[in-house]
Amino acid sequence: MLKTFKKGGVHPPENKLSAGNPIEVLPLPASVFIPVAQHIGAPATPVVQRGDQVKTGQIIAKSSSFVSTNIHSSVSGKVKKVDFQADSSGYPKQGILIDVEGDEWVEDIDRTEELKKEFDLEGAEIIKKIQEAGIVGLGGATFPTHVKLVPPKGMKAEVLLINGVECEPYLTSDHRLMLEKADEILVGIQLLKKAMNVEKAVIGIENNKADAIQLLSQKSKEYEGIDIAVLKVKYPQGGEKQLIKAVTGREVPSGGLPIAVGAVVSNVGTAFAVYEAIQKNKPLFERVVTITGKGVAKPSNFRVRMGTPTSALVEATGGLPEDTGKIISGGPMMGRAIASLDVPVTKGTSGILLMKKEESKREEVIACIRCSRCVSACPMGLEPYLLMTLAEKQIFDRSEDNKIMDCIECGSCSYTCPSSRPLLDYIRFGKGKVGEIIRSRKK
Amino acid sequence: MSITVIYTVATLSAIGTSAAIILYFVARKFKVNEDPRIDEVEGNLPASNCGGCGYAGCRAFAEACVKASDLNDLHCPVGGNETMNKVAEILGLEAVKKDARVAFIRCNGTCDHRPKTNIYDGATTCSIASSVYSGETDCQWGCLGYGDCYDACDFDAIELRSDLGVPKIIDDKCVACGACVDACPKDLIELRKKFPKERKVVVACRNQDKGGVARKACSVACIGCGKCEKECKFDAITIENNLAFIDSDKCKLCRKCVPVCPTNAIIEENFPPRKIKVEEKEECRTAK
Repeated sequence: MLKTFKKGGVHPPENKLSAGNPIEVLPLPASVFIPVAQHIGAPATPVVQRGDQVKTGQIIAKSSSFVSTNIHSSVSGKVKKVDFQADSSGYPKQGILIDVEGDEWVEDIDRTEELKKEFDLEGAEIIKKIQEAGIVGLGGATFPTHVKLVPPKGMKAEVLLINGVECEPYLTSDHRLMLEKADEILVGIQLLKKAMNVEKAVIGIENNKADAIQLLSQKSKEYEGIDIAVLKVKYPQGGEKQLIKAVTGREVPSGGLPIAVGAVVSNVGTAFAVYEAIQKNKPLFERVVTITGKGVAKPSNFRVRMGTPTSALVEATGGLPEDTGKIISGGPMMGRAIASLDVPVTKGTSGILLMKKEESKREEVIACIRCSRCVSACPMGLEPYLLMTLAEKQIFDRSEDNKIMDCIECGSCSYTCPSSRPLLDYIRFGKGKVGEIIRSRKK
Repeated sequence: MSITVIYTVATLSAIGTSAAIILYFVARKFKVNEDPRIDEVEGNLPASNCGGCGYAGCRAFAEACVKASDLNDLHCPVGGNETMNKVAEILGLEAVKKDARVAFIRCNGTCDHRPKTNIYDGATTCSIASSVYSGETDCQWGCLGYGDCYDACDFDAIELRSDLGVPKIIDDKCVACGACVDACPKDLIELRKKFPKERKVVVACRNQDKGGVARKACSVACIGCGKCEKECKFDAITIENNLAFIDSDKCKLCRKCVPVCPTNAIIEENFPPRKIKVEEKEECRTAK
């Protein structure tokens, strides 16, 4: 029997429309807007000014604290201004607007496609290079990778888990990357292993990606200490805690980090970025983005420079379909609807999903019928109906007692609710408030 | 049979009597001496338990009044000066006269003034909508219209106006308890001085974007041009972060700022119609 996590979970229709389409390079846009906060942690500080000439791969904003990352220019050209522009939340965020002129890269970046397997670096050097290259978790959470690789005092990592699950419906960027850059990913994993000083790495892949499983199983034999774990398809298996449970059988304690059970999880995209940063000297300024949807003329996977407006991606797939109801940045389960096509692609953008009107429509909310489907669907073992009511009534102390902070916001509860209640909307609100209360208590 | 009845009655009476005696002594032993003035003060309060005074209900406020050495920081916004005078009389203190206040929603971004640029279909509360994104219009500062203030009001002083998209405060019902002020995630509601006949001159906008951006999002946005500030003779108007603010404690309701505002962001309410300046008519007949 295939491995999977035990508690909860759902299986939405997979709709992996773009799985068969190879990664294409998106033509450069006329201008890019690169936000200085594309990661969890403190925003980076801009180090360029209006009128400066920048090259592709040059640092344009410097990391401002340990939990922060550098931001590199994704294009060459002239800095038009350092300005504020609405991000996916609609609120203006600081960023750097660059007019594209040609495509001149920083000299020491190796632009060849040649595979470089050998490396001769110490763990600390690898971590330093990862930090300089501005690498963050590319699965969507955008947590700075160098922070994750340094375990807190008294803890030690035993196993590196590589997330190739891609459990979100529609998205195929990781799938395509595994097929096209298998060797690079495997070298990246060796680098990560060395950085963390662990012997063993396991790549978790769901069995709806048979071609990727076959390819990686075959190639991984050439590398020492890399196993493949074939997992049963179940959402949200790509969640850190669910993946650890599925592969190792260990359960991360409430409020704890994966390192508490000796695991560190990284995405396949992150492993590829690590390979490029160390073997090719290339900082993180582009990523693979899936652009898909049932109405899209040509669902595709593109390699996109950061800061490219969403509209450029939509154009490249044949324009916005007429009956588009919602544009979602990310997958249909955890992504967020965006209000404008000007929103730029950032390090956390794994896909753009154009949903049809009838698909995206929310059903009318009716009363809770106490069916407890949300409770059985919750992969964290919470009681979503209760957390929603507590958030609605603003009883935050009881929300905290009922472990609202353990919610991973996967949306399985809202997905499964027969009364179409906005469970996650309220829980996320409650989580924000409880988080504020916890932070104010610490001060 | 009858003996059973007698026994039962006798036993129960004995238990009752002994319990009464114990309770009597316990009550005397643990008697809490409470200031009788607390009850008296509480009797004069409006009993609305709204929390507008900053205390957890009227009883807590009464206790605070009795404990306090002066009434400078204690004020019941619902009862106003009249109530506070009575309280002061009971306690032998001096009440500080305070202006009555009334809540005002500083956004005039109705459907006509502020076009929708997208549609929100999540949970219909302002607090959730504002935590998710900036709102259905291009103005990130303005009213979302889902009525968190309406839900917070215990006095039915706010009406939701689906025709406008922005709720309205009913001045004569508003007691200035401040519940709506705390409920609004966009910080739009202000408690302003209440003028006779409910007259008011207010900047009905909180948009702190630069002029062009603000104006593009909403036709009646304050663009921070500063014309009103120059016009005001009473220093009641200040401009900060591209936004004008009229201090209701300094405002004399002269209304001079209203016509100079290029975007009609300043609104006047409940005034008699202005006299239209008629240019002196040329005499159409020659005098004899």
